Amino acid sequence: MNGAQLLVKALETEGVRHIFGYPGVSICPFFDALNDSKIDPVLMRSEQSCGHAANGYARIAGKPGVCAVSSGPGATNLITAIATAFADSVPLICITGQVPLEQIGSDMFQEADIIGAVESFVKYSYSVRCAKDIPRIVKEAFYIANTGRKGPVLLDLPIDVQNMEGGFFQEIESVSLRTYKPTIKGHAVQIKKALKALENAQRPILCVGGGVIASKAEKEIITFAEKYHIPVVSTMMGIGVIPSKHPLSMGMVGNNGKKYANKAMNESDVLLMVGARAADRAISQPDLVMKDKTLIHIDIDPAEIGKNLGPSIPIVGDAKNVFIELNKASLKCDFSDWCETLKKYSKTREENLQSTAKFVNPNHLVSTICKTMKDDGIYVSDVGQNQIYSCTNYVSKKGRFITSCGMGTMGYSLPAAIGASFADPKKQIICAVGDGGLQMSLSELVHISLLKANIKIVLMDNRSLGMIREYQHYHYENRYSMVDLKEYPDYSLIAKAYGIPFIRLKKDSEVEEGLKEALKTDGPCFIEANIDADAFTVG
Amino acid sequence: MKKIYSVWVENRSGVLSKVAGLFARRSYNIDSLTVGETQDKTISSMTILSSGTTQTLEQIEKQLNKKLDVIKVRTFGAEQAILREVILLKIKYTAAQRKELMEISEFLKAEIVDATSTHMIITLCDTPDRVEKLLSMLRKFNIVEISRTGTLAMPKCSEGE
Repeated sequence: MNGAQLLVKALETEGVRHIFGYPGVSICPFFDALNDSKIDPVLMRSEQSCGHAANGYARIAGKPGVCAVSSGPGATNLITAIATAFADSVPLICITGQVPLEQIGSDMFQEADIIGAVESFVKYSYSVRCAKDIPRIVKEAFYIANTGRKGPVLLDLPIDVQNMEGGFFQEIESVSLRTYKPTIKGHAVQIKKALKALENAQRPILCVGGGVIASKAEKEIITFAEKYHIPVVSTMMGIGVIPSKHPLSMGMVGNNGKKYANKAMNESDVLLMVGARAADRAISQPDLVMKDKTLIHIDIDPAEIGKNLGPSIPIVGDAKNVFIELNKASLKCDFSDWCETLKKYSKTREENLQSTAKFVNPNHLVSTICKTMKDDGIYVSDVGQNQIYSCTNYVSKKGRFITSCGMGTMGYSLPAAIGASFADPKKQIICAVGDGGLQMSLSELVHISLLKANIKIVLMDNRSLGMIREYQHYHYENRYSMVDLKEYPDYSLIAKAYGIPFIRLKKDSEVEEGLKEALKTDGPCFIEANIDADAFTVG
Repeated sequence: MKKIYSVWVENRSGVLSKVAGLFARRSYNIDSLTVGETQDKTISSMTILSSGTTQTLEQIEKQLNKKLDVIKVRTFGAEQAILREVILLKIKYTAAQRKELMEISEFLKAEIVDATSTHMIITLCDTPDRVEKLLSMLRKFNIVEISRTGTLAMPKCSEGE
């Protein structure tokens, strides 16, 4: 078998069913070999979308998403998607074609040093130099991407290596890397210390992040919280860990989070941070949060502990594993009173649902989507004001909420929703996006048409780049610059061009009925909501 | 604060750039860096001297450990290790200066390893302090070229090792 055939076989062995790709000469042998495989090749309309689709796929399927592109501009176009996945710890296998081995370094046509370019935001990268190494490298790549702190792994494959004879495929049984042995099990002494701190606590709080979802530890953490009545807040990446209506759920923290969630975290005396890196959007003033507090920081990545917040009790390990251990203990503590106090805070929440006759209130829109959508549906949010409206009003039930958190990449939502749809075609998917983000990946609408995918695009259309417009309002005294998107395109015609049913919501009074109609049946729908360019997330 | 990192890495192409890139990308200081093979041909040893706050120095160790080509990271303070550095200095001299140069070399146990009637090369392999001392004593001469290795380090022997 040649290198390309070995690669296909190795991917099949890993259970890969879809590859999001874009061709070029240097990746042709691999795409040719795919013809003889059951793996479904999905031709995206740009390389960046390949990476985002694999990202959405990985987050819903719970296994690495695979994308494959060509060398040079193909590979460099993928970079943003790789950085997006790295920032949110999403496992990806990124395959790039490369010029022939002998020509590397000669600056030949479509040559780019992709390994060098992505070094600071891949978990690992392989420059494949010999076809017979491919089965081992693929096995290792999947292992690296999907264990420990998950992340993207790059395989750079020169075209001649794809064509090189590599012998028969022999399945690799196990992976042994002397440089990579992630700590899964929490240290028993540290776990004891954490329990002791909790026993002495008056006002403990659990802050859950994306690591909880990555380790599928939701059940264990809710069990733990319920056992002692510990309130739970989440970061943006942790949305969905605990249902919003759960009595212990206090909502999202951070700059754009709920005031009472931040207040609850600030006033706690023991903070259990799980799978969260305490980055600036979640915790803008680490000193304030850490004041008079014991921090128990549970994370699979030792480098996250102590990076942004000094921990009192670090526990390195997989969240699920650590909470299975924590749940074995029976402490004599109950924090119901503290929960009651917090509930009083949450009742003071101000609803920002003023409606006007001329526009749709975006907060009202997201709340109504959450009331109308299926309980187990997937909500994919883009980046910008739409992300803030989405994460502050999203009501978590049994579904998933995904968005580009760490990198904040505009144009993420549509390809990610398509990837999610491949991972779970039966689920209803909401793709909430602004007109700026949608125009960055508009061409991917074709997949919604081709698949008749159950994706409902909710376009928050304010004809401007709202988040930056808002920023310029507050920081540049309304001197707006480079934010006006003007009156084109007519999205009803775009939807028509792709054969997608279209609904326009002009004002608040149309929202409920319109959404009900749009979400009633399975299949694609394009919902355009008329949002005021002066509607700001910070009021 | 200063810290010494003795880092064992896979002896593969590109690894030095990955380690150096890590320092650049996160704005960590590299005071000196030396690389060489170890007794095991598949392993290279890097000795990195860095300075920064306690928190930064701790992050450096953690981030190094995160790199998949890094096999082992050991850290120690200067007092816990044997440190050595090699320096080569080419000096242009006059007949009147020759005697003093020879005295300085003898005093610091440096060696004159090459010479013509106008130039000489002095070398010293010693602790970074003493290398610095030699350099400061020779500054008043016409130094044409300097080449130095950076610091090599190895933790001291201990009983029961």
